[in-house]
Amino acid sequence: MLILRGPNGVGKTTLLRTLAGLQPAAGGTLNWPADDMAYASHADGIKATLSARENLAFWAGIYGAGDPENALETFGLTPLAGRAAGTLSAGQRRRLGLARLVLSHRPVWLCDEPTVSLDAEHTEVFANAVRAHCAKGGAAVLATHIDLGLTGETLDLTPFAAAAAQATQTETPGFDEAFL
Amino acid sequence: MSLWEYANPVKFMALSGRVLPWAWAIAALTLGTGLIWGFFFTGDADKFGSSVKVIYVHVPSALMAINAWFMMLVTSLIWLVRRHHVSALAAKAAAPVGVTMTLIALITGALWGQPTWGTWWAWDPRLTSFLILFLFYLGYMALWSALEDTDAAADLTSWLCIVGSVFAVLSRYAAKFWSQGMHQGTTLPVATGGRTISDIYFYPLVLAMVGFAALFVALVLLRTRSEINQRRTAALIARKRGAA
Amino acid sequence: MKALLLRDLRLAVRAGGGFGLALAFFLIVTMLVPFAVGSDSQTLARIAPGTLWLGALLACLLSLERLFALDYEDGSLDILATAPIPLEGAVIAKAAAHWLTTGLPLTLAAPVLGVLLHLPGPGYGVLMLGLALGTPALSMIGAFGAALTVGLKRGGLLLSLIVLPLYVPTLIFGADAASRAAMGQGASTPLLLLGAVTLGCLALLPFAAAAALRVNLR
Repeated sequence: MLILRGPNGVGKTTLLRTLAGLQPAAGGTLNWPADDMAYASHADGIKATLSARENLAFWAGIYGAGDPENALETFGLTPLAGRAAGTLSAGQRRRLGLARLVLSHRPVWLCDEPTVSLDAEHTEVFANAVRAHCAKGGAAVLATHIDLGLTGETLDLTPFAAAAAQATQTETPGFDEAFL
Repeated sequence: MSLWEYANPVKFMALSGRVLPWAWAIAALTLGTGLIWGFFFTGDADKFGSSVKVIYVHVPSALMAINAWFMMLVTSLIWLVRRHHVSALAAKAAAPVGVTMTLIALITGALWGQPTWGTWWAWDPRLTSFLILFLFYLGYMALWSALEDTDAAADLTSWLCIVGSVFAVLSRYAAKFWSQGMHQGTTLPVATGGRTISDIYFYPLVLAMVGFAALFVALVLLRTRSEINQRRTAALIARKRGAA
Repeated sequence: MKALLLRDLRLAVRAGGGFGLALAFFLIVTMLVPFAVGSDSQTLARIAPGTLWLGALLACLLSLERLFALDYEDGSLDILATAPIPLEGAVIAKAAAHWLTTGLPLTLAAPVLGVLLHLPGPGYGVLMLGLALGTPALSMIGAFGAALTVGLKRGGLLLSLIVLPLYVPTLIFGADAASRAAMGQGASTPLLLLGAVTLGCLALLPFAAAAALRVNLR
């Protein structure tokens, strides 16, 4: 378990998207197949006109695995399963988005600000889900501002961002350097 | 010493800076001679009258309109495969020149068509293909200007250029299938194996073609250089902001 | 891929606008033509095949902008891009859903509108066959255009500018087949060429569209 810290704009999202294989790395190599990653972004990726259960059933079909009922249960969404996702509150939609992680059966979870708009109770539910996932041999990389009560390595990105800025000035691994 | 060394913007700037005056000089010389020779020192044709002299602008601009797109295709492929920024910027720089050539070809064609065919415009396969090419240019340039991120814009326009090339060729044959044309066959000796026009028209025409090609090279080099300078300025500003 | 296809169909049905909007647009265009060119039945009969093709083509264009944009905005596209199905497959599934919600209803509605335009009897079969063969290409080309412009806030107009010139070969062969048939001539040559264009689009464009999507997701 790895917890990413740092102020806004320091590159947490960029790092997560790079790990997920959505962006090419500016430098260095990824020794991990992108197919092992389950990515949960700021946006929940939920269709308002489908019910909560239909949303998860669709993603179960895409991942070719997983049990939507179990995922709903984990995040306490079973009573809401039949409701159209558009009528759910922001926190409930977030839980639905996170339930997809359980569904994906992928070993590495990449979560970008997973606890935004979650209440204290469900923040704990999410923390438990991450613990259970890691106990089964999974891994998680979480970008967050609050203390989840999880025991894991914490990586503050601030010094790296400063180093990257330094590098841009001297050796410039960036992208417009060829024009200087 | 490989050709790819000039993909480095600094090397490209140095080389293009030296080539550019020559390109301008060749363009001015050949275009000037060709056009003056063609306009004032060749007789009128039996069939066409003095309107035949449009040929000295029409044929070279049409030629360069197609060649410009072909150059964009090649530079787009180079960008997608080898990721040389200069290549993508050259494609971007060539598009407005190409669209101008297409427009010149269309307008001079209309000016020529009116006295000879009795109409400004006919839905002839060649004319139609050029109109479609014109639209392709517009779409390509619109996509460039709509996208903010320069690398993404270069990637997306390159894909559009490749797909567009396939469809441009396809449209050409579809248009041939769709209507039998009245446009005369090609005047170029390479394509037909024998000239279809007499020598007095041919030599000034070749000069004008060389002139248009040199003009195209000069304009594209100039535009590519200004694109590179623009990117360089942006990079310098970004660095300064980083330092502050 | 099947899951994605079914979800898109379900979304189209729930959100409305999927089936209905394109068909209504097709009807309106067809209805406006006699107002513009006059109600003379011979003139209408002569331009009917082309008009129907043009109407179908424009109706196809309507819903293209939303093809990837909705999934892009709500983050689904990110997850699809990291999902086990290849992005090329997702493109095909979404283009297929687009065809089932626009191309197929348009094909089925075309004969009814043909009656309004006095389309000559022999034209109906070939018109429908041509639309059935050609509209998949329209969806696939449109998917490529939509993938190019997915990151743009106001991509609709640009999308039309990019996509419409690419529709030229399909339109030429399709309308030509229908008018040949309407005039009682054999139409197999343009139909075969139309099919060839469609097959070529289906084979090659998913790769270009997926590449464009990956660029836009960076």
